[in-house]
Amino acid sequence: MANDVLVFGEMRGGELKKVVRELVSAAKIVAGETGGSIDAVLVGAGAAASAGRIKGFGLRHIYTVEDELLVNYSTEGYAGVLASLVGEKGYGYVFMGATAMGRDLGPRAAARVDGVMFSDCVDVRFEGGSLVARRPVYSGKLFVEISPEGGRPVFVSIRPNNMAPAVEIGGTTETTARPSGISREKIRAVATGIVPLAGGRPDVTEADVIVSGGRAMKEASNFRMLEDLADLFGGAVGASRAAVDAGFAVQPIQVGQTGKVVNPKLYIACGISGAIQHLAGMRTSKVIVAINKDPNAPIFEKAHYGIVGDLFEVVPLLTAEVRKMLQ
Amino acid sequence: MKIIVLLKRVPDTEAKILINQEGTGIREDGVKFVINPHDEYGIEEGLKLKEKLADGSKVTVVCAGPEESTEVIRTALAMGADDAVHVCDPALSNSNPFTIAEVLAKAISAEGFDIIFCGKQGIDDDMAQVQGILAEKLDIPQVNNATVFEMAGDCRSAKLSRRIEGGDEKVETSMPAIISCDKGLNEPRYASLPGIMKAKKKEIRKKSLADLGIEGIPGAGRSRILKWLPLPKGGECRIVAAEETADAVRELARLLREEAKVI
Ligand SMILES: Cc1cc2nc3c(=O)[nH]c(=O)nc-3n(C[C@H](O)[C@H](O)[C@H](O)COP(=O)(O)OP(=O)(O)OC[C@H]3O[C@@H](n4cnc5c(N)ncnc54)[C@H](O)[C@@H]3O)c2cc1C
Ligand SMILES: Nc1ncnc2c1ncn2[C@@H]1O[C@H](COP(=O)(O)O)[C@@H](O)[C@H]1O
Repeated sequence: MANDVLVFGEMRGGELKKVVRELVSAAKIVAGETGGSIDAVLVGAGAAASAGRIKGFGLRHIYTVEDELLVNYSTEGYAGVLASLVGEKGYGYVFMGATAMGRDLGPRAAARVDGVMFSDCVDVRFEGGSLVARRPVYSGKLFVEISPEGGRPVFVSIRPNNMAPAVEIGGTTETTARPSGISREKIRAVATGIVPLAGGRPDVTEADVIVSGGRAMKEASNFRMLEDLADLFGGAVGASRAAVDAGFAVQPIQVGQTGKVVNPKLYIACGISGAIQHLAGMRTSKVIVAINKDPNAPIFEKAHYGIVGDLFEVVPLLTAEVRKMLQ
Repeated sequence: MKIIVLLKRVPDTEAKILINQEGTGIREDGVKFVINPHDEYGIEEGLKLKEKLADGSKVTVVCAGPEESTEVIRTALAMGADDAVHVCDPALSNSNPFTIAEVLAKAISAEGFDIIFCGKQGIDDDMAQVQGILAEKLDIPQVNNATVFEMAGDCRSAKLSRRIEGGDEKVETSMPAIISCDKGLNEPRYASLPGIMKAKKKEIRKKSLADLGIEGIPGAGRSRILKWLPLPKGGECRIVAAEETADAVRELARLLREEAKVI
């Protein structure tokens, strides 16, 4: 029914993504007002096995779709599954993570069911009988609040680390395996594999703590210092564009407008001036710490805590201090 | 090949963006507009492909936007694109990605195409939707956030890498396809002086919705922006200082643990 909400249970490597529990929270906000139910769909290898991990979160139904054509991600295959489910069950709302997969899949699936989509939302609420989504625009320089019109299915992608994850409340959830209904000719672009980032650290978009370095790092080997601090938190290392362009760090860890948008609990900027394009990528971090030798660096206008000093002195001291605390 | 590159006109990344008096959008006075930075990677990739094929392939810019978009279209022509289609119609102001995608689909179908390059997202509305909707309308495959693009010798398929969390996803697609481009794919060239001179003579075909055979505003009436909001005022930065750096660092760590509760 149009009051019901479907959560896309994104999986990577057979593992359910952390953002899925956050999506359930968002779905509850909507379903709580519409009086609808919440279902989830898991697509790809390991769907049935992962379904157990979100049972007990107040879902009505979990659909699992496994098919050899869906082992690797494809926009058209996954959009086909989503569109047929939305078409058949008449969901009014579909929630997905604003992840690489969600951002690729959402618009295509929304177009297929003639819906509407709001990308990269940081908050949803229900007001005056309508969903209201809040999303950053102009690279985070402003926000808009936007509502759907016309009674079409509403797809919403939600930026990870924004909503509190749903907690287990027990109850019964029915799980049903669904045929994919996909044929090979329908999939014209398909993932053939994933080359993981070296280093084994979490991705900057998924880490709770990020230690980032800028041009001031001087050379690639100095990033070791940032890795030592990040590893104490199980965190990620990030970089400014200047650091990436200078070859100190690899592009996949660049934070900012032409890099990744991150949203950690703690962001430590070391020798980063705080250019507007860098801020575009990390401004929503819950706590920002700046370490910079220039007291007038713009990063201090956005940071919550700062030390004016030489990062080569400050960072190792901070690492030692944090290590002591965590012992 | 007929290579299409999409171009959106957006405020410069450095621009200060303020909400207008009526609260219905942004103030455009004094704002400099540029080619959407991600679209520059698309233009470059289109030009590189044309140069590699060296078989008389053509790169055509397609842009939907106001009158003033001519300026950024000329820049793309100066970079080396052959010609352009500019969809310009008052009905397109404040349009949503569905409208833009419908209109672009019509314009591109009328042109004919073998491949489409675009940016990963517009840095104005930050929707990253036009490419996916357009792919659906044109019934072609899509690959988003490409950082590697290799066309097969027979131009019937391509191998790509696209950036995802924690790594790079390898993708294979058949042609024609739409490819959205990310940083790392290439280094966009600057327009050369001869390029700028040549661009003045290149053709920009201006089309209204009526010219494209479109009645009304397709895809409209899906959403409504209720409110534009400035960023919440950030608190003051607490600069932690002490005679000895070690003491300042110790105090910072204490604050992060006891006040901010992040350690
Ligand atoms: C279209 C476009 C897109 C862009 N996208 C991005 C993006 O995605 N991400 C991004 O980061 N940038 C981006 N940029 C670039 C951006 O404008 C800045 O040039 C870049 O962020 C600067 O990086 P930085 O802060 O490391 O270097 P700088 O601006 O050079 O700053 C270095 C800082 O280190 C400090 N410092 C020097 N030595 C020390 C020391 N020993 N200890 C402590 N501090 C020290 C200095 O005081 C200075 O503040 C983009 C630019 C454009 C035009
Ligand atoms: N009005 C437009 N004209 C041409 N291309 C566009 C237009 N709007 C968006 N695009 C393309 O689609 C991509 C995604 O845009 P968006 O969905 O607005 O974030 C952009 O990087 C452009 O390449």
